[in-house]
Amino acid sequence: MINKTETNNANYDIIVIGAGHAGCEAGLVCARMGMKTAMFCTDIESVAMMPCNPSIGGTGKGHLVREVDALGGEMGINIDKTFIQSKMLNTSKGPAVHSLRAQADKKRYHEEMLSTIHAQEGLDLIEDEVTELITSKNADFSKYIDNNSKIITENEVISVTGVRTSEGKEYSCRALIICTGTFLGGKIFIGDDVTISGPSGLRPATRLGEQLRELGFPIRRFKTGTPARMHKDSIDYDLMTEQKGDEKVVPFSFMNEDKEYDIDQISCWLSYTNETTHKIIRDNIEKSAMYSGNIVGVGPRYCPSIEDKVARFADRKRHQLFVEPEGLDTDLMYIQGMSSSLPEDVQHAFYATIKGLEHAEILSPAYAIEYDCVDPLSLKPSLESKLMDCLFCAGQFNGSSGYEEAASQGLIAGINAVRKLKDEEPLVLRRDQAYIGVLIDDLVTKGTNEPYRIMTSRAEYRLLLRQDNADRRLTGIGYEMGSVSEERYRRYLDKKDKVDAEVERLKAKRIDIQTFRDFLIRYEAEPKREDKEAYERKIAEIAETANQSFADILKRPAIRYADLLEIDDDTRPALSANEAIEVEVMLKYDGYIHKQINEVEKLQNLENKKLSEKLDYHSISGLRLEARQKLSEIKPMTVGQASRISGVSPADINVLLVWLEKEMRAK
Amino acid sequence: MAETIAAISTAPGEGGIGVVRVSGPESENIMRRLMKGCPKEIEPRHAYFGKVVADSSDASSEIIDEAVFLFMKSPASYTGEDMVEIQAHGSNVSLKSILSAILDSGLNGIRMADPGEFTKLAFLNGKMDLSQAEAVIDIIKAKTDLSLEIAESQREGRLGENIREIRENLLDILAEMAVDIDYPDEDFEEDSDSSSDTVNNLRWVLDDIENLLDTASIGRIAREGIRAVIAGKPNAGKSSLMNAILGEGRVIVTDIPGTTRDTVEESASLGGIPIVLVDTAGLRESEDKVEKIGIEKTTQAIAGADIVILVIDGSQPLDEEDEQVLSYVEKMSTDHMLVVINKEDLGKSVSEEEIKKRLPGVRTITTSLVGKAAMDAARKVSEAIADMFKFASINVKEMNIITNERHVKMLRNAVMNIDEAISMLQNGEPMEVAELSAHYAYDALGKIIGEEVGDEVLNTVFSKFCLGK
Repeated sequence: MINKTETNNANYDIIVIGAGHAGCEAGLVCARMGMKTAMFCTDIESVAMMPCNPSIGGTGKGHLVREVDALGGEMGINIDKTFIQSKMLNTSKGPAVHSLRAQADKKRYHEEMLSTIHAQEGLDLIEDEVTELITSKNADFSKYIDNNSKIITENEVISVTGVRTSEGKEYSCRALIICTGTFLGGKIFIGDDVTISGPSGLRPATRLGEQLRELGFPIRRFKTGTPARMHKDSIDYDLMTEQKGDEKVVPFSFMNEDKEYDIDQISCWLSYTNETTHKIIRDNIEKSAMYSGNIVGVGPRYCPSIEDKVARFADRKRHQLFVEPEGLDTDLMYIQGMSSSLPEDVQHAFYATIKGLEHAEILSPAYAIEYDCVDPLSLKPSLESKLMDCLFCAGQFNGSSGYEEAASQGLIAGINAVRKLKDEEPLVLRRDQAYIGVLIDDLVTKGTNEPYRIMTSRAEYRLLLRQDNADRRLTGIGYEMGSVSEERYRRYLDKKDKVDAEVERLKAKRIDIQTFRDFLIRYEAEPKREDKEAYERKIAEIAETANQSFADILKRPAIRYADLLEIDDDTRPALSANEAIEVEVMLKYDGYIHKQINEVEKLQNLENKKLSEKLDYHSISGLRLEARQKLSEIKPMTVGQASRISGVSPADINVLLVWLEKEMRAK
Repeated sequence: MAETIAAISTAPGEGGIGVVRVSGPESENIMRRLMKGCPKEIEPRHAYFGKVVADSSDASSEIIDEAVFLFMKSPASYTGEDMVEIQAHGSNVSLKSILSAILDSGLNGIRMADPGEFTKLAFLNGKMDLSQAEAVIDIIKAKTDLSLEIAESQREGRLGENIREIRENLLDILAEMAVDIDYPDEDFEEDSDSSSDTVNNLRWVLDDIENLLDTASIGRIAREGIRAVIAGKPNAGKSSLMNAILGEGRVIVTDIPGTTRDTVEESASLGGIPIVLVDTAGLRESEDKVEKIGIEKTTQAIAGADIVILVIDGSQPLDEEDEQVLSYVEKMSTDHMLVVINKEDLGKSVSEEEIKKRLPGVRTITTSLVGKAAMDAARKVSEAIADMFKFASINVKEMNIITNERHVKMLRNAVMNIDEAISMLQNGEPMEVAELSAHYAYDALGKIIGEEVGDEVLNTVFSKFCLGK
């Protein structure tokens, strides 16, 4: 935090409102890209705070963290410093959906991020509530002069020029990034009890939301919830199933790939609800804020409260829950899977029916929180608002949910705010380039009616968007943007060269039939029904027909890269674990990966057809009314984006293509 | 990579002339490859007459047909790309052989054109002006409205419903796979082997699609006729039978040479059902040095037949040649087979029982194809054929019959992808890769009913056009 008298009426290039996971990435990247930047928070405690689950990563989310990291973001590095358990999920499936998840020490996560921010040159952290945006109206002369040199005044552009705070101070800026999370208009519900509050009882931001509504921003109310926290010494762990971390820790950050992690990992604990739990919840369900009608906000389907689960899946006899430590030096245990907005006495009653929690002491009750967020359809793919120039939005304010989703948007909003000020094209990642691209495209093109969470099934090109190749996909782009350091870029190039060389070597390296045959028989699973002779014949047949390169051998499901060692020679390079994984995946799934690349190329044509923001869809005859409205509202940047808007039919896209063709030929 | 597309551009069925159209950068190479003695310099918009072969660089490549080749240089063509049109004889066999020769040419990026794709290219390349293109869109829209009306007359509607149902089942499987991938922590109450469950569920879907695909042959019969192949040793009376049936059928549509020099095709109408009679003259050469080729041709013709009519000279005991013919058909179902024991007037050395022993359940007719008896024999054969395909004429109106080539293509695509997904799961390949194949199948089914919006938008719209327009 900087000295307040010093900052009175200070001038910044970029101001970031909020210092959560979106705000931190935004603030850091802007400063790293050379902008004088300030981050505002209502409470210093809220910096990189994890108000809900104490973990980072998971399916889809782990991919996002890797992508943020590959682009030079901070989340991966910060969790690598502060994790207390690490687990690779989905290892029974293929590498494209392997997902890393780490339990975080919440307090240390916050502290480490805070010190990174303090250490960042060109970045100020200011503890004060932003209550008002300062804006100015400009006619955009350069763009809005018609053929008769008349200035069309209705094309006035409103841009943001600064902020006013609760302490009455003014700060000027050239671009602004809103990352208010659940703080904006925050309201907490526990049964009938309603409190105006940010998460974890922190001070909410109340006035800014009102101004945004007055300015015409489409502000909505979303809801999310968090379970109770219990005292660690009051839980009977013997009655629950232990969930340990992985023996071999895989770090999130590409910068830590070579590091060995030798820490004592904590365990999480698995237990279940039962019929008694469900009866108590059913008997009291009308007391839940969700059911009493107190909450108007929409909650997420994929993360329902326990009363939701009981009501919607009435035939299920149990629901699972995980008890997770919030850190090493805290008594708090997080009860994952059991969020609720029932009154405290009901919470006491139903939590106590759960094996291991019979005598548990609730340190803070479960609650639901409702907050202001903007309809993301009002944003451009760059995350800049369509309503105000130089105003960018990121994180939960955009209708997403989750720390990782927030961090991803914060990073992109930050990069694009800087690029806007430098008058450069925004960075818009495509759906085949990154989960970040999928996340943002979904938000700004399809919109969302519930807090949006990333899932691997949202990505069409899942085999391309792996966590192992996030650096290959994005570090070059980040370097070009200026968000990736020289050191990171150099390391990435080294790794890429090594991996590529090894892939080429394995493709070229041949093996004689006899060795190949013996090798296959040793490694392939034993035949179940076939007699051994028939099986060997089959193997021999494979050996005769295959091309017999090492790459071909690796394509067989049972064979791993490490297995090849015994038939390899001294040209085999020493690779790190991650490099070996990348080599293996690139060769093993070569065919499938190419199939996806072909799909991508087929669609590229539509993605390359640009649509102007100024296009008047009402003037294009042939478009259906609904399509005209949707296209006018969303103003897609490409025909590809237009085709993904719900309510725009293939016939409409066709009309649009004809119209574009005519325009092009007219020129 | 620019693609080169090809399709038969004239309506299916017999016609005097049929056109195969090719558009794309490889057009010129295709002309060179398919036209025997193609000139070094091809003059655009000049009609070249020549023999069509699969590969002109291979002297032994067989002549498929004779045709007029027309090369058009970009941009002066219908699509605006390089194009070649091959105007051949209008038999389906000939046109399909030409098309397969193109698709199998191995040239870069060659594939079958999607329905309406030539027109799509035409306007995307600026070959149609706006009013024309808008007219095109109006036509598409009108067709859509019309198809909605037709949907009420059941057949289309029921097909859609059928596909939708299959798709919903597939969607359930996809959703399960997605949950399995996205929620690895989630516990599922019944501890089941999810991978084998998925395989079983996929099999159900596969069965449904294959059943639907099976109706495609009925659809083809309704459109192209029953393909009846007459087989037997020389002088058994095949030609007499053919002539007798054609006399009975009265309406001879056309008389053209078929795909090979060794079979002869004739078309007739049999009680309203079109029928294509194929005389497998190839067996005449079975004593010849080219015996092998002749046998191959006959087996090919038999494999492509809807019905096999075996003609046997009953006046003599079965000889080696008869045995050879019998051995081809022995493995086939006798449901669509008919044995005509000919030359009853010259003696009875072969009994119906003897034949039925070799071909259990087969229909047999003992007759003579000389004089008045020939008319009688032809009527019996016609009745037997009509009886065998009774289902086709009755059920066409009541079942979901796949008649559209594009639908067949999409269903095949779905079958292929589900097959792939199943074998991946069985081979222990990763779930998310198998899921991808299942997803492709889902998309393919969606394209039939036009529900796959977004990705291949244009193609979906233009699919309302008949193929190759």
